[in-house]
Amino acid sequence: MTPADNRRTGQTLFDKIWSAHLVETLASDAALLYIDRHLVHEVTSPQAFDGLRVNGRRVRRPDATLAVPDHNVPTAHRDQEITDPESRLQVATLVENVAEFGVPFIPLNDVRQGIVHVIGPEQGASLPGMTIVCGDSHTSTHGALGALAFGIGTSEVEHVLATQTLVQAKAKSMRVRVEGQLGAGVTAKDMALYIIGRIGTGGGTGYVIEYAGEAVRGLSMAGRMTLCNMSIESGARAGLVAPDDVTFDYIRGRPMAPKGADFDAAVAYWRTLVSDEDAVFDHEVVLDAADIAPMITWGTSPEAVIPVTGQVPDPAEITDPAIRANQERMLDYMALVPGPILGTPVDVVFIGSCTNARIEDIRAAAAIANGRKVAEGVRALVVPGSGLVKLQAEAEGLDNVLTDAGFEWRDPGCSMCLGMNEDKLTPGQRCVSTSNRNFEGRQGPGGRTHLASPAMAAAAAVAGRIVDCREYGG
Amino acid sequence: MKPFTTLTGVAAPLPVANVDTDKIIPARFLKTLTRTGLGKALFDGLRYDATGAERPDFVLNREPFRKAEILIALDNFGCGSSREHAPWALADFGIRCVIAPSFADIFYNNCFKNGLLPVTLPREVCEQLMQDTELGSNARVTVDLERQMVVRANGEEIPFTVDAGRRHSLLNGLDEIAETLTQDPAITRFETGRAAREPWRPAISLES
Repeated sequence: MTPADNRRTGQTLFDKIWSAHLVETLASDAALLYIDRHLVHEVTSPQAFDGLRVNGRRVRRPDATLAVPDHNVPTAHRDQEITDPESRLQVATLVENVAEFGVPFIPLNDVRQGIVHVIGPEQGASLPGMTIVCGDSHTSTHGALGALAFGIGTSEVEHVLATQTLVQAKAKSMRVRVEGQLGAGVTAKDMALYIIGRIGTGGGTGYVIEYAGEAVRGLSMAGRMTLCNMSIESGARAGLVAPDDVTFDYIRGRPMAPKGADFDAAVAYWRTLVSDEDAVFDHEVVLDAADIAPMITWGTSPEAVIPVTGQVPDPAEITDPAIRANQERMLDYMALVPGPILGTPVDVVFIGSCTNARIEDIRAAAAIANGRKVAEGVRALVVPGSGLVKLQAEAEGLDNVLTDAGFEWRDPGCSMCLGMNEDKLTPGQRCVSTSNRNFEGRQGPGGRTHLASPAMAAAAAVAGRIVDCREYGG
Repeated sequence: MKPFTTLTGVAAPLPVANVDTDKIIPARFLKTLTRTGLGKALFDGLRYDATGAERPDFVLNREPFRKAEILIALDNFGCGSSREHAPWALADFGIRCVIAPSFADIFYNNCFKNGLLPVTLPREVCEQLMQDTELGSNARVTVDLERQMVVRANGEEIPFTVDAGRRHSLLNGLDEIAETLTQDPAITRFETGRAAREPWRPAISLES
């Protein structure tokens, strides 16, 4: 788009961030895009650092890079050495790499350690209008601040380390407006799952989604992070929410955020980061918040989702043979039959992950756990998103509420979201999880995952089966 | 990077939609420090049973598909995580080309960094190509990136498109970082210009 075009038609928020980071147009469909923040973890970076070493390259901007171990760290006995030798080596390799290349690093024993997508916003490292990348698909989380944030592969991690840029084709734009207000017991997680159910796991492919509308504006920053986090589950490159006073209040005073006059100058710029009234989106979806109930997935794709009061669908009613076969396979894997999902017995409950491990999520779980007990035979884990979330929860006494009820209170990390550490399902176990993916084997080989909100997960823990959190005060 | 020009090989059918990256390579195999050696864990959950024995019905455990260099699947191939271990595992197994009606963005992008060509073709064409695989060892498919053409076993040519920049890089096996480093003056200009205009922008600092 030329500057003349910009004056004629309004720009989307995505257009504005894109053009503010354009270093060079390389071809009609490729641009060199400047990257403001690069978050690095232990799993997708070793080969990238190795590539730098082999080619004699340096990290161009260590002062724009932040590394932390999170994916395969243990969530208990932090004072001891990591037992799994491969995990230990991968974390040790990150320690060596950040030292060699001078990258700012939060070590495992630092109170600020946590899931990379929780600590970026928490530390004020992720700010509105930025381009933010990480070798992790849930980087879309940071879009909640009004940033263009997306996941990249290891080759691109190396590219950003070496050049602080990426070669990118500009995505199309989609706006998802959720109008009206969410009902009691309905959260950002339910909104995210509902949207994926409506547009499908491939519905966002090729797009950057801007979430808008009254129900989105009404979300806290934690809620916006949950919503943007799951953008990738609809295939979207990124998801974002225009920054507003909720955003600026969240950022003010965070360790790495601008201070004093710098903060005011920043806010003046951030206030321009909205889609213009006459901006045209390539695709627009309008939804009514009142249609959203507490949601839960029944299959092995996030789009296989229903209201908790709904029915597991019957494949016999599907005409397309490929889709029918796929649904049959999902039911078989999940050991479910068509009919109500309410009452399905559960073995494990996991409250954590970059989707739902912020203080608001812990509070929602504790509110349901308060005065109740985890059902017999159920294992329930609460894994805070960061050391600071953990400290805050303990200051509020939430750890006691949870442990009194029989929940395990763990140390921060990705944990059972993807089972790279010891926290995993055994074959056949059924888990209600606040994480983001219910793929086959995601939480451990043969494990069965039902995605839901923290309130839904906590209610399932105390009931020992899938229940409607609204009946438990959620 | 290994260039991709033209490839003639056995194509394996995987008539499944939404093949996610956890299916391609489960997370427990991501603890590696290298790009190689992941081929044996490719499609682990589909390929092996709980005892580690091969599932005889899985396509890559059957002849002639054990030597497949091309994989044909359905919509939204490679959805899920950004793990580049997915194309690394495919490449390490010997697969150099995946044909599907649609791909997830990050996976699609990761393929090009590893000499792997993702080809997008309409679903009915993918289904036709899967039927061709029933011809057994005669089911050789040619994928010609130079001409942007898939050639069926019967000689029929099916055109596809790949954007010009990616095609050029893949055909020539270019090092993208080296290419970008030639833009260093423009990157520096961008950085200095913005630092002057927006001095409020903070750096990453862990001093508290």
